[in-house]
Amino acid sequence: MSIEENEKEIIDEFNIFGDDWESRYEYIIDLGKSLPLLSDAEKHDNLLIKGCQSKMWLKTYFDGTLMSIRADSDAIITKGMAALVIRVLNNHRPEEIVNAPLNFIDAIGLKEHLSPTRANGLTSLIKQIKLDALAYLSKGSSETK
Amino acid sequence: MAIFNPIDIRKDFPTLEQKVNKHNLIYFDNGATAHKPKVVINSIQEYYTNKNSNIHRGVHTLSRQITEAYEQARVTVQHFVNAAFSHEIVFTKGTTDSINLVAYSFGKRFVKAGDEVMISAMEHHSNILPWMQLCEDRGASLKVVPINKAGEIKVEDFTKLITDRTKLVAITHVSNTLGTINPIKEIIHNAHLRNVPVLIDGAQAVPHLKVDVQDLDADFYCFSAHKMFGPTGVGVLYAKEKWLNEMPPYQSGGGIIQTVSFEGVTYAPAPLKFEAGTPHIAGGIGLATAINYINQIGFEQIEKYENELLNYAQSQLHQMEEVEIIGQSEHKAAVVSFIVKGLHPYDVGMILDKYGVAVRTGHHCTQPLMDYYKIPGTIRASLAFYNTFEEIDTFVTALKKAIKMLS
Repeated sequence: MSIEENEKEIIDEFNIFGDDWESRYEYIIDLGKSLPLLSDAEKHDNLLIKGCQSKMWLKTYFDGTLMSIRADSDAIITKGMAALVIRVLNNHRPEEIVNAPLNFIDAIGLKEHLSPTRANGLTSLIKQIKLDALAYLSKGSSETK
Repeated sequence: MAIFNPIDIRKDFPTLEQKVNKHNLIYFDNGATAHKPKVVINSIQEYYTNKNSNIHRGVHTLSRQITEAYEQARVTVQHFVNAAFSHEIVFTKGTTDSINLVAYSFGKRFVKAGDEVMISAMEHHSNILPWMQLCEDRGASLKVVPINKAGEIKVEDFTKLITDRTKLVAITHVSNTLGTINPIKEIIHNAHLRNVPVLIDGAQAVPHLKVDVQDLDADFYCFSAHKMFGPTGVGVLYAKEKWLNEMPPYQSGGGIIQTVSFEGVTYAPAPLKFEAGTPHIAGGIGLATAINYINQIGFEQIEKYENELLNYAQSQLHQMEEVEIIGQSEHKAAVVSFIVKGLHPYDVGMILDKYGVAVRTGHHCTQPLMDYYKIPGTIRASLAFYNTFEEIDTFVTALKKAIKMLS
């Protein structure tokens, strides 16, 4: 599925919740709780994204064609949001990832997670994923970051 | 003095009357900044609408009037902290600016290689970084006085660490993270026995308790207007006259001189020597208005009511098994920091916001303190006299919902 199709699927899922923010957050929290995104052994300090109130680790891999993304956070909501972003972007070509507008975050009513405050981890995560994608794009060969 | 009634007082604060995420706003982030009463907002508007002019410059009527008003604001601040002279009050941009001024000017004149500056383990980054910078620049060293688990400083620990090379002690009056009211009078007294001057970071104290710089015998006392119901961008450095006379200017520019030629400069006496450039005139006027507002209520009533609020909030939180209060000193201002076991403060803060409750989460610019407690951060409810017992009940209910959602 394309990035847009992935986004559409998530928007459709969230439409069920309507105006009920509690259900939306419960969904995100469940995502945050259920996914073992990175093992403790993998959570090296060099994978930490700086400047977030919660800790956020990011590990990306490029096989020469597609980029895969893994991330984790010590805050459940941040982790749940990261899981959604990964679901949308994972296993796509770097140029698709660089150019993805990620409108779904606004569309599912979670835009507040993108506000430019220092508390925010999601903005930094997306920025770093795109920076990694740009680096892979310019090199073209397989690599892990 | 009118009888204290928070319901009436709330009517003075327009920002409190709003909904956030469809809930009545519960503002428990007063430690970050406090809301402004209408009288303060009006005084700022009145300045720009009818009084705008520069101070200390023109002979014309408007300039003369606003210079008088600005200097009257200085006298209002002087009386607020009971300084001996109005020229001991320097207007700055805020607490951070005040501390930087002392670190630069006092440091330049008095701190040399091998000297020491002493702070405590509970300082805000604003009362750490300027001293780290100074010590690095001068080849001096920074000494840190430890705290105990309750979040308290022992006077004797401070006294023990003072040496003949100690040039300054810098310590907070009230901890922004823990709420602890430090025994600064004793610390100052003991430091003075060794001829060491003391700077007090009063940012979190002035909204909550009566400060008397002469009784404390503080050498420097710093605070911000915006945390005490005044405007942002203006603050105060109180300093004893003898220090101001000996310290060189912090920044150079208009307004700080008596004569200038290309051969040399004669500086104006304090406080003008430290107030280069056009100041935040509206800010000074707004600050004085905020002080008059606080004085109308009176610290006796403020301290009594806030203590009741604090005790109620702490007793409610104590009843929750999963909550641990960080900072359990018996002497606290109306600040409650806590963690919820197993949950990240950020998650809890996010959900509280959805219920209209504004708290601060994170390290509160006190990372060394968080390292001491081995926690990533806390959730901090910092209260003001316009908060109510009902708000604490609603906050506790929202907190319970948040914990249920996140657990």
